[in-house]
Amino acid sequence: MKHSTFLLFILPSLSVMFLFIAIPIVSVFIQSLHIEHKQVIIVSENCDPFGCETTTSVDTEASAKLKEKAPLGKFNGFKTYSNRMHFAFDEIGEAWNSSDSFIVFVKKIYNFPLYRALSFTLTYTFVVTPFVLFLGFLVALGVNNLPKLLKGPTIFASLLPMIVTPLVGSLILFWMVDGDGVIGATLQKLFNDNSLSLKASPVLTWVMLMVYGIWHLMPFSFIVFYAGLQTVPHETIEAATIDGASKFQRTRHVVIPHLMPLAIFITLILLMDNFRVFEPIISFRAEAHATSISWLIWNHLRESAYPLYNAAGATSMITIFCVGILLLPVLIRTWRDFNEKNKG
Amino acid sequence: MFLKKLILGGLTALFFSSSLFAADCGPNGQSIRILASDFPAIHAIANSAESNCAGSASEFTRNHTTEARQIMNAAQTPDPAEYTSVIVANSTLVQLMNDGLVRPLNDLVEKYGGNLKSNQLITIDGKIMAIAFMANSQHMYYRTDILDKAGVDGMPATYDEIISAAEKIRSAGIMEHPLVMNLKVGWNVGEVFNTIYLAHGGEFFKQGSAEASINNAKGIAALETMKALVEYAHPDHLTQASDDTQGLWEAGQAAIGFMWGSRGGVILDNEGSSAEVTSNTVLSAAPTVTGGSIPGATLWWDGITIATNVSDSEAEATFAALVSGMTSEMVAANNDDAIWLIDGFKPGPAAAGVSATAQGGAKSYPMFAQMGLLHNALGAELVDFLKGAESAEQALSDVEAVYETAAKDAGYL
Amino acid sequence: MNTKIENKLTPVRIIAFVFVALWLIVAMFPFIWTLWGSFKVQADFFSKADWANAIFGFHTEKQTGNFFTIDGYYGSWIEEEFWRAVINTSIVVFFTVLISLTFGTLGGYALARSTYRYAFWILMAGLIFRAMPHMTLVSGYLQPFFAWNVWGILPTTIIVLVAINQPFTLWMLHSFFLNIPKDLDESAMCDGCNRFQAFRYVIIPIMWPGVITTGLFSFLLAYNDFTVTSMLLSDENETMIPAIASFLGTVQEEGKVMYAVAAVVSATAPLFFLVMFFQRQIVSGLTAGAVKG
Repeated sequence: MKHSTFLLFILPSLSVMFLFIAIPIVSVFIQSLHIEHKQVIIVSENCDPFGCETTTSVDTEASAKLKEKAPLGKFNGFKTYSNRMHFAFDEIGEAWNSSDSFIVFVKKIYNFPLYRALSFTLTYTFVVTPFVLFLGFLVALGVNNLPKLLKGPTIFASLLPMIVTPLVGSLILFWMVDGDGVIGATLQKLFNDNSLSLKASPVLTWVMLMVYGIWHLMPFSFIVFYAGLQTVPHETIEAATIDGASKFQRTRHVVIPHLMPLAIFITLILLMDNFRVFEPIISFRAEAHATSISWLIWNHLRESAYPLYNAAGATSMITIFCVGILLLPVLIRTWRDFNEKNKG
Repeated sequence: MFLKKLILGGLTALFFSSSLFAADCGPNGQSIRILASDFPAIHAIANSAESNCAGSASEFTRNHTTEARQIMNAAQTPDPAEYTSVIVANSTLVQLMNDGLVRPLNDLVEKYGGNLKSNQLITIDGKIMAIAFMANSQHMYYRTDILDKAGVDGMPATYDEIISAAEKIRSAGIMEHPLVMNLKVGWNVGEVFNTIYLAHGGEFFKQGSAEASINNAKGIAALETMKALVEYAHPDHLTQASDDTQGLWEAGQAAIGFMWGSRGGVILDNEGSSAEVTSNTVLSAAPTVTGGSIPGATLWWDGITIATNVSDSEAEATFAALVSGMTSEMVAANNDDAIWLIDGFKPGPAAAGVSATAQGGAKSYPMFAQMGLLHNALGAELVDFLKGAESAEQALSDVEAVYETAAKDAGYL
Repeated sequence: MNTKIENKLTPVRIIAFVFVALWLIVAMFPFIWTLWGSFKVQADFFSKADWANAIFGFHTEKQTGNFFTIDGYYGSWIEEEFWRAVINTSIVVFFTVLISLTFGTLGGYALARSTYRYAFWILMAGLIFRAMPHMTLVSGYLQPFFAWNVWGILPTTIIVLVAINQPFTLWMLHSFFLNIPKDLDESAMCDGCNRFQAFRYVIIPIMWPGVITTGLFSFLLAYNDFTVTSMLLSDENETMIPAIASFLGTVQEEGKVMYAVAAVVSATAPLFFLVMFFQRQIVSGLTAGAVKG
């Protein structure tokens, strides 16, 4: 394809991405290298309906002057990345020196927010992704074998976990897994244990989050595989059937190779989305036992009265970096495919 | 239903204000734009202001959104600001003041504030920054029938009495987990610590600086009290917030509660519960420590502010309109929607807990600029202690370390 | 499907049926439960006493005199004017999908056919763009949008959703275009078509299965988005999901949870028809293979 034609085709897409994603990423990165100016704090007397108190407040005029000189704040280099909220290098060194066994050391590391979040995020990513990929493929094969009349309703029903907004969907599921809810109570009966609580035990919380993740994402891999199955060339299948290939052999040698590009695509998206797992943690209120990288960003931005843009920016950059590493094997494959395609 | 009440309230306010006296709406032809959270009491004030003064304004818009707190600083920074008024609470006023986005109201109060009571004025170093209109706090809820059955005399007034009452209920075999508290990880659990720490006489920061000072004997005592209480709470307590505690209470599964006053009305009404629960539920003051005098609660208010980055006449019109909404007629029409600070409020049983707590000398939620950061650190780091995975000292030193990092980033340290 | 052997009930087919049936139960159960529960009061549907209340409606009968109540639907649609949010959502979703797909098919096609290295690097950049957490992006938009006075209106939200969705759309359509053999459009170009004509007359007629599937995801993204719409839209332009969120209440104030439940259920109904309509398009992809031969 000629450069000029290519440019014309890609221009609209590229320009929105450039404006609304690329520029913000750069600005977020710059922001993550700065911290706020020192606030000028003054002692003040506050009175409200319930009495007066001596507190401190910010001298906004003095602080505004500082801000005018350097609107980005104070340059901090990569210190935000290495502080206790992120990689905590100093603290880890200290923990290493003061721990007498490796287990104590690991426990101490687990106490730092980023490492705690990473441990759940990675486990979640590597458990949920293969399950979704595999089960989604099986469902797609199954639905493909259904009589035509049943296909439509089945597709719709399969999409439900993805359609119903997590905001309310998980509110309902959260109640269902409660000790008094229908799933929770059934499990208690099943295991004959009245104190069984999916919400109070760390292990069960992790399992619950992952099961939810699989349930919620299955429709995605299902529908992509299903659409892919529609493009499997009939002639090849028929030829294979005439050659006496069994159904399993046909799936193995014709269908799967044909769907490989789609599988790679799904893996890419799933790895990325699972690494950014966030909603289930909030809706299942699992923060006590499981936090994720995206949850940290949310915490920096929204939960404190003062949004910590630098911390959120640094965590976002770490997210991008980790996603890059996660995707590396897939990317290398894509690179090879790309070169092969162009040779042939 | 809420909205019917609201519309009715708005209409009554309209009727009273337009027929009995014409509201003073300040300069004509101004644009009034309000940003607020989305709940009935705020709707009542805004409705009343709108029906009084929308006619004389060139524009009267209201944005009621759950995300008000997230967007307000960005919305108010440009000149002219997106909104002429933001309706705030203790904690959010500080957030706007940090960036200098609210203006002092002294001259406006002088001109239009005839019907305001002096305790509605929120002053910071003598400058009036907001006008409060409603109050709230967490306090105790008791089931008197269950306390009687378990042989508890009167209503517990201290943490120790609460713990022994809970033990009596448990050992009498009435309930395994008689206590409900809003202990959901994050803001809620941090808030519960705040209340108990204040009851122990604790201070959050070193005098005159932004350095945290919670890792001390009082902090540890507060955590030990919290742990002792949690023993009697539902096993899922770390996931429970107001909706869940209210649900448990209404289902008759709890006998002692530490919940928000604003939930009193809906707990005591006849929906979602049984007569046995509602007729025996009593709201009372937040507890003190044994021998102490400060109730373990933080008092909250909601109030109006006026933006810095708008023209003086817009500010004047907005202020006049909102203040014209704070009438005893508006309160009378919406009496049960909030614990009003405005004249004409008739406190019912649902308001008993908050008034008792305020009269007992409870403190307001601290108005430090950096309080949100400490609260957030508490919310995230106390969990390990409550789960039993960490000592109290370790938890508090974690809180201080997390706070210190955040406060450095935000420029307070 | 076309040979007789495949229509027989073989063990493999039975296992497939059972598997699909199991999946359907798992996928649908929470929704059916919600559908049923939306006609109950909150004390039943979220009962802390006994989950059977949600089925039999103990409190519903006490409060309304009947086992079923439409209070949730009445409250959300009539009293709280949920239909406004539905209209706003329709506008946002329609334009987001339309623009996303237009930009995406052009870009995706170009990327699939280009033999130069930069195509690969654009795909990689797309991945990095997609890895960026939305929350950080949105909080960065706020200040400039307010300053330029474009905050709160639908077009801003639409273009932001398009941009956020673009990396995904590009990747997905790129994968689909790779599946369409190169010789097709290239032979058209030999016949004297230019690139645009080849795209218009050869590619567009057979690209629908991929486009519909991609469109489905753009649709779901715009339809279910909370991060962007809640932060970038004002009250009068509010879409469904933030509207539902505002039914849920806050720490201090009780919400109207049943309004939210009823709103969710009723917002799902039109989707049923949408999917039923487009599944024909997806299935019509069956013939795409034939075109190729």
